Amino acid sequence: MLSIGTPAPDFNLYSTPGQRYTLQDFQGKNLIMAFYPADWSPVCGDQMSLYNEMLQLFRKQNAAIVGVSVDSKWCHQAYTQARNLHFPLLADFEPKGAVAQAYEAYDDKEGQCHRALYVIDGNGIIRWNFLSPPAVNPGADGILDALEKIQAKKI
Amino acid sequence: MAKLTPPAGPQDHARGKEGAPVTLVEYGDFQCPHCGKAFPAVEDIVKKIGPGLRFIFRHFPLSESHAMAKPAAIAAEAAARQGKFWEMHHGIFQNQAILSAETLFAIAQHIGLDLEQFRNDIQDTALEDKVDADFESGVRSGVNGTPSFFINGQKYNGSYDEESLMASLTF
Repeated sequence: MLSIGTPAPDFNLYSTPGQRYTLQDFQGKNLIMAFYPADWSPVCGDQMSLYNEMLQLFRKQNAAIVGVSVDSKWCHQAYTQARNLHFPLLADFEPKGAVAQAYEAYDDKEGQCHRALYVIDGNGIIRWNFLSPPAVNPGADGILDALEKIQAKKI
Repeated sequence: MAKLTPPAGPQDHARGKEGAPVTLVEYGDFQCPHCGKAFPAVEDIVKKIGPGLRFIFRHFPLSESHAMAKPAAIAAEAAARQGKFWEMHHGIFQNQAILSAETLFAIAQHIGLDLEQFRNDIQDTALEDKVDADFESGVRSGVNGTPSFFINGQKYNGSYDEESLMASLTF
């Protein structure tokens, strides 16, 4: 995992066939990056569904969230529709896992992302990170604590 | 170690005596099939342990996955205003397979609620706020799915079958 206090690496990834996101798109906002192994696998499903219910709580902390896996934009599109997700899933698909590698969140053996969380502030600086065992949904208490700390310092 | 935040208090729906040696808190979603499976197990446990146990239910509706989860939670809160939270809680889980607005009204009638008051109460945004507050407390406590249990304030990470839960409750 990249260290707290260091700049977050840039990215430019498809979410759906018609849309790309870069780090700059989130400037001025806190950004939660949730790397996860794969669409459709049960634990990830729960994790993304949980975040999907929390968008309002994130918004209160001036935060946006993206999920990142090596699945393609077409896969993300189908998964997003099936789960009724209201936040972007980014396709770290070509070159495979390049962004996850830049964020030190790539599992070379399995060829997929680790289950890793980053909170990045509005200036693109990493403020919190967490690496979860692959089969464990890390929940969101750590994310909320990190966001509150960032927001408290601003005032 | 995830800790229950806020701790069990007067805002909670509880069965069993305050000061019981063991407090079991469930974060549940009325439309979640796993919570439906856990329901008879928890009921058995409540009966078997009796006065030694205080059982609390908090709402954790995954509304985007389960369209009836939040309406059901609000219905339970409305029933609580007439002193019948647990009757509604039971009725909902027992009819989980056919949950709908009609089902909620049928349960309300069956458990003897004043239907006029029930109809007004379910539209009171204060009840939705209560459900949302439960959800947020769950997230802060480290709930990552349903059902999630806390035993004396500590998150329980084992299986929710009766045997496993019972073993962790009787120490």
